[in-house]
Amino acid sequence: MNLTWRRIVLSLSPIWAVLTSLLLGAGLIIAAGANPITAYYAIFMGAFSDIWGINSTLLKTIPLMFAGVAVALAFKGGYFNIGIGGQIFLGGIGAALAGLYLKGLPPVLHIFLAFLAGFITGGVWSLVPGYLKAARGVNEIITCIFMHFIAYYFLEYMASGPLMELGAPAPMSPEIAKSAQLPIIIPNTDVHLGLIFAMALAVILQVVFKKTTIGYQITATGLNPTACRYAGMNTVRNIIILSFVSGGLAGMAGASEIMGLKHRLFGSMPFLYGLEAIAIVFLAKTNPIGVMIGSLFLGALRSGAEMMQRSIGVPTDLARAIEGFVILFVAISIALPQWRPDWFKERIDSEKIN
Amino acid sequence: MWEIISSTSFLVDFAVAVIRMTTPLIFAGLACVIAERCGIFNIGAEGMMLAGAFVGAVGAHFTGSAWIGISFACILGIFLGLLLAGLTVTLRANQMVSGVTINILSLGLTSFLFRIIMGSATTQILPELETWSVPFLVKIPILGPILFKQSPLSYISYAIAILLTITFFKMTWGLSIRAAGEHPRAVETAGINVFLVKYICLVFSGIFASLGGAFLSVGMVRYFTENMSAGRGFIGLTIVIMGKWHPMGAVLAACVFGAVDAFQLRMQAFDLGIPYHFLIMLPYICGMVAIAGVVGRTQEPAWLGKPYQKED
Amino acid sequence: MKSALPNGRSGEETILPFLEMKNISKRFGAALANNEICFDVERGEVHALLGENGAGKTTLMNILYGLYTPDEGNIYLDGKLVEISSPKMATELHIGMIHQHFMLIPQFSVAENIVLGLPSSRPPFLDIKQAEENIDKISREYGLHIDPKVLISQLPLGLQQRVEILKALYRKTDLLILDEPTAVLTPLEVEAFFKIMRRLTQTGLAVIFISHKLNEVVSISDRITVLRGGTVIGTLKNEGVNPNQLANMMIGKEMTIASKKPPTGKGKRLLEVKNLSALGEHEGKEVLKNVSFNTHEGEILGIAGVDGNGQGELAEVIAGLRPSSNGKIVVNGVDVTHLSPRERIEMKLGYIPSDRQNVGLIMDLSVGDNFVLKNFRDPPFASGQFLLHAKNISINAERLIKSFDIKVSHGKITTSSLSGGNQQKVILARELSAEPMVLIAMQPTRGLDVGSANYVNQCILEHREKGGATIFISTELDEIISISDRIAIMYEGEIMGILPGGKTADLELIALMMAGVRSKD
Repeated sequence: MNLTWRRIVLSLSPIWAVLTSLLLGAGLIIAAGANPITAYYAIFMGAFSDIWGINSTLLKTIPLMFAGVAVALAFKGGYFNIGIGGQIFLGGIGAALAGLYLKGLPPVLHIFLAFLAGFITGGVWSLVPGYLKAARGVNEIITCIFMHFIAYYFLEYMASGPLMELGAPAPMSPEIAKSAQLPIIIPNTDVHLGLIFAMALAVILQVVFKKTTIGYQITATGLNPTACRYAGMNTVRNIIILSFVSGGLAGMAGASEIMGLKHRLFGSMPFLYGLEAIAIVFLAKTNPIGVMIGSLFLGALRSGAEMMQRSIGVPTDLARAIEGFVILFVAISIALPQWRPDWFKERIDSEKIN
Repeated sequence: MWEIISSTSFLVDFAVAVIRMTTPLIFAGLACVIAERCGIFNIGAEGMMLAGAFVGAVGAHFTGSAWIGISFACILGIFLGLLLAGLTVTLRANQMVSGVTINILSLGLTSFLFRIIMGSATTQILPELETWSVPFLVKIPILGPILFKQSPLSYISYAIAILLTITFFKMTWGLSIRAAGEHPRAVETAGINVFLVKYICLVFSGIFASLGGAFLSVGMVRYFTENMSAGRGFIGLTIVIMGKWHPMGAVLAACVFGAVDAFQLRMQAFDLGIPYHFLIMLPYICGMVAIAGVVGRTQEPAWLGKPYQKED
Repeated sequence: MKSALPNGRSGEETILPFLEMKNISKRFGAALANNEICFDVERGEVHALLGENGAGKTTLMNILYGLYTPDEGNIYLDGKLVEISSPKMATELHIGMIHQHFMLIPQFSVAENIVLGLPSSRPPFLDIKQAEENIDKISREYGLHIDPKVLISQLPLGLQQRVEILKALYRKTDLLILDEPTAVLTPLEVEAFFKIMRRLTQTGLAVIFISHKLNEVVSISDRITVLRGGTVIGTLKNEGVNPNQLANMMIGKEMTIASKKPPTGKGKRLLEVKNLSALGEHEGKEVLKNVSFNTHEGEILGIAGVDGNGQGELAEVIAGLRPSSNGKIVVNGVDVTHLSPRERIEMKLGYIPSDRQNVGLIMDLSVGDNFVLKNFRDPPFASGQFLLHAKNISINAERLIKSFDIKVSHGKITTSSLSGGNQQKVILARELSAEPMVLIAMQPTRGLDVGSANYVNQCILEHREKGGATIFISTELDEIISISDRIAIMYEGEIMGILPGGKTADLELIALMMAGVRSKD
């Protein structure tokens, strides 16, 4: 009986985590005074039933996918880049600068440069905690969060100060050059080229992980940095580069928001710590293809929740609460196989009989 | 400007503000100290504070009593501590992941529940938590009103710091706690239940963090808003390091941060030519500098962050 | 004269033994660690539990100390049945255990370590002063004096062991279990330790002495129980016992000591270490002081010494993992002193670390991936230093699994599921297949059963025959003496001397040097 119970519990895969979270979410919906079935139906329909729903879903998915790829890359290498929020803000600023101050460029070049600017600004922002961790062993979670807050206020400053459009009612920059704006790829929607870029990045990351020496090093370093050091890898340099690239990818999330959707820099961006990306990566277990699916799921959840709030009145924060539950159950399901009740653990101990 | 700053009333006012802003940081710092001393990073302190702020506010609002709200926050803290312990001690999940999980969960749930419980009311005036004046001492000129007329939670935070210090260094349990953070296997062979020690420490960590949050909402601003903890839990992690894992050291470090925060708030009133955004950043920049430049990390508990597995 | 009864006692006594373990069995999954073991100890006796690595000695004692529960069997103290379910219970029954790796907290004082877990005289407050006085008294009583205020981190290992003994005495231990207590002692300290043991047993203390070292067991114990494969092979009284007989019981078959060809004259100097110094992490203490030696083609240079005298640091400095503060390292004529670990690997320097699970291997990666941990960037495993060729990595894995006889079905299996001996073979395969010129082997046979240990030594001898140079670091004196051509003895970061190894080894001088004495005068 012990064994079957274990098997059931051990198979708590991402799917179980999601289902359990939805169940708990149903409890929350009831607490809000609504019917869970109508609520979830509203979410699903809101996300997928018509062109506006799909539009909203995909638009939300794009930055989540960029961010998810960024976090997946970092986590795989053992670096907890939870400062992607701040890196996204910086990336947006970088892209806005490129979009506002570079003039007279053909669109292809302008878009490339704007993405590059976003990549660099996001990457540099991530270098600070990355360097501190690699060279000084400073815990990156704390430094990432601090950098996030600093970036948050810096963004506010930029949009209300140096970059602010004269006479604007709220902190926002002028519209960026048309040549820097991302073209729409689905007619009659706002869905822009960023979607293709994000998907391409996910695929590229998968290839890198599985088939390149870089991917090998990242995976190995994430599992056992000491052994990597002894095997001759320059782990300090590797972590620094990893943090830069991860931050750069997060920066591209911000860039794509500015270039594809908003077309100007606003004083705030709807990313709180970028924690949602972490939820995705947990679900996907750092698998880039899983990240694509996970970000679509989260994008659908969020846009559907907006529709749900409009029709039934249950607050959209439900989506956030469900995300929280998902992370909790995924964290448990990751930890459970390592939790070996005595008889299971003793099998491993038999190797160490002395 | 200088005349204003050096005036007595400004200084008194400033000092009172510093103490007010320090109190939640002391709670956060102490929560992290007791957790790290037994070997666990409480990255979730931020989420615990936020949850405590929420529950405290809701409790105070619906019962009309600030103290009852605060008690609710304490009870929540117990559960949060148990949750963290279940994840990190029993399941031996990664401590970073567990903490981040609690933060995200807390953010999502408090935002949602706040919305449905409080409806469209954006500001609520919560029942007041009256300050306590220490008789006689409060009459001392200048220092009296500053030091001896504070929120009861502030006094509680000092008391906890002193109690923790005594416990760690003068009590048998304290020896066991410190040992568990250094060499849990040795503690086990000495016959002590290491898991129990860690569970108890984390429960207290949860209580302290939640109290800190309750102070924010009930004791300080008297309302609740989304994400009002604003990173204080993370500053708590910095405070531990700066205070060298000593409760009184944490109090001192918390004062430094509290002073910086109060300072930047005051400076916003003056037209210094610095955009106020940069002033708000100040505590976080200080936090970065502190954590990046701290030497002497060899003082951290030796088993901090490592999962511990019992033999059989 | 061998005794009449199977448990080694003569038939005249009718007193019950102090401790009796009857038919103890313990299973870990499919492996039977203890198989119906019967074992008893009398008051005032030193009873040795002898067996090689993996025989089940520590498992049995962990059961006695309450860290494991037996699947079958009973334990009796003075004839009464007891159930020992935790170390706390064991302590209450006055059973104490000193583990191989000390259970002491470096940042605490001696007194704090001793009173940890004990009720205080003024509960709930810690009464350190009273404890310090009590410890002072007891330590003088038993001739084991130590300052109770000193921090453990400031004590050498020999004195730390003394603290462990005091811990047991403070708890009024009647039965003391010692798990490989001489592993951290120099030969001279071992003598002193035995004297202490004899004195303690005179007061009635019963001692169980776990060891795999034949000679020590013969010199200190009253009775010897030999374990092999989880079963008791025999219990003998230590009167005129023949060490070879014991060795046979331990291993069960004739062990073939690998024969060596003498080194082919003075070959080329492959490794030259000159005036090498290095600083440790704590307050600029020098962990290596002016170390100089050479190693030649076809030579095995053993580095002997008690664990913690700088051998590990020396290996790390040569491999490039720790900076040196002074001196030179030359590999095959090339000065590598300031080269990175990667560059030294390219100069054909191989390194087998002592911690195979945390340092030598990435346990969660497959065996095949671990094989290429050092050369995954090079052809044929990758082209352009970028694109991996999974197929070549697989082929390589199959080849190495076969030639090194690693017990695993194929290269894609995760390394953590291999046994210790096979894990070590993976490391060996990786290092030796790169055909290094200089191989640094740090404790390569630690924790391995005799079969695997033998295999490792064979591989190193083959490397020697092919002309490679080896630095063989080990704390097992017997092993080092038999395998090395020359032996350097390290003490507190210095080389005390370099002496010939093998049959002509001067054991007395080596033992002296390990204790810090340079010559016999």
